[in-house]
Amino acid sequence: MAEPLDKSWDDYIDAVGRALGLPIEDAWRPAIRANLEVSLKMAKLVDEFSLPDEAEPASVFTV
Amino acid sequence: MTAGAIAAAVAARKLSAVEATEAVLARIAVRDGVLNAFTDVTAERARAKARAVDADIAAGKPAGPLAGVPFAVKNLFDVEGLPTRAGSKINRDRAPATRDATLIARMEAAGAVLVGALNMGEYAYDFTGENIHDGPSRNPHDPTRMSGGSSGGSGSAVGGGLVPIALGSDTNGSIRVPSSFCGIFGLKPTYGRLSRARSFPFVMSLDHLGPFARSVEDLALAYDVMQGADSEDAACTTRGPEPVSALLSQGVDGLRIALAGGHFQKNLFPEAAEAVARVAAALKVTDVVDVPEASRARAAAYVISTTEGASLHLDRLRTRPGDFDPAVRDRLIAGAMIPAPMVDRAQKFRRWYRARVLELFKSVDVLIAPATPCIAPKLGQATFVLDGVELPVRANIGIHTQPISFIGLPVVAVPIPLEPMPIGVQIIAAPWCEHVALRVAHALQQLGVAAAPAPRGVLENGSRSA
Repeated sequence: MAEPLDKSWDDYIDAVGRALGLPIEDAWRPAIRANLEVSLKMAKLVDEFSLPDEAEPASVFTV
Repeated sequence: MTAGAIAAAVAARKLSAVEATEAVLARIAVRDGVLNAFTDVTAERARAKARAVDADIAAGKPAGPLAGVPFAVKNLFDVEGLPTRAGSKINRDRAPATRDATLIARMEAAGAVLVGALNMGEYAYDFTGENIHDGPSRNPHDPTRMSGGSSGGSGSAVGGGLVPIALGSDTNGSIRVPSSFCGIFGLKPTYGRLSRARSFPFVMSLDHLGPFARSVEDLALAYDVMQGADSEDAACTTRGPEPVSALLSQGVDGLRIALAGGHFQKNLFPEAAEAVARVAAALKVTDVVDVPEASRARAAAYVISTTEGASLHLDRLRTRPGDFDPAVRDRLIAGAMIPAPMVDRAQKFRRWYRARVLELFKSVDVLIAPATPCIAPKLGQATFVLDGVELPVRANIGIHTQPISFIGLPVVAVPIPLEPMPIGVQIIAAPWCEHVALRVAHALQQLGVAAAPAPRGVLENGSRSA
């Protein structure tokens, strides 16, 4: 498991919430932080995988 | 009765579509009090359609392949006259749909009779089948257990014998998970194979629609009538229909079948390992092939889902956050906060992974993998202990389904009737090769290894047996 995100991440949550115009109540923050922790762990796993500069995204997947 | 048997009896005028429909409506009235699979029963519409089917047959018109077969759909399909709620409270304020989803229209054009809309996890962001607004749909073999999500009502309704066929959606496993937990067959076709027109989305680049049934023949019947191009879904294929029903009994001779290794052999409860072992033994499969970077594929699917889902719901999160299931809301808000380069990298990884897996399909035709790591957990269960480690249930139910739907591969989930609870196995084929996966599923059914067990959680009088 990843390191739990500490309370300093609440500043990030509030800042991004402001950027996106999302109202965030105090009571929701622990759960948002816990979800962010999981999501960032997943994102990091992908981030760590090295791909060439020429790699193309598959935003709309076609087979 | 199977869908095929109903259609044959209706075509031969041994049973009327009205009788078949009334029988199903009566069964829903008795059993759904326990299962909570339905959110809407469209009884009058169903009776009118059934009368029309009977009138056409009496007038000598050809009976459709699903003549008089009752079916129901996850409530993210547009049903004319109903607001498409997609498991949410918020969507109930939408205007009633003015037109049926394409797949409903195609099922009804084949003579099938829509009897209602089915419970689901809120906005399909769910693997449990629980719903805070409508209550959980329940497992037909043990109502104290999850139906699986997000197409929980679809699994519960078919597993509970309420309808022979249901339709659902699968973004990360939402057809295959309820199939596994409820002990039925489910088909997640190739991405783009079946039209999603007039269904409520979750993750456009991962969303698939497909059928559930109690036999491979019924699954194929429904799948065949729903195929075909549709300009109203940008991702829908332009390939013509490629019917599979006549191919099912070709057997598995000549097919190269292997077990998916690595990621797919980890994080398994003994029941899941036993189910895969039974399938392998029946098919005499011993080869194991590693699916490269499957764990990372699951992670990338997670990232794309949570961010695309957040984008879809951003306005609702701004204006009506209090009307979401709080668990879904908090997950989506977190998804909105993932830095954009990480999402781009997930999409780039996706293309890389797809190329590697397609390479693998040059040497195998079919991969076998578990559908879920466990049998249906108890309703409300938050964690399970696996290999001595306590893990959250919700996040881990889809670990074996996500790396497959991530690149749109066709999969049949087959039910292995273990005691006391069934569990599913994924039969995975190369893109556009649904027929290959269905042939293997059919062979397993013929061998008696795969079968939809009779529901044990709900008695004929509608009371719970568990």
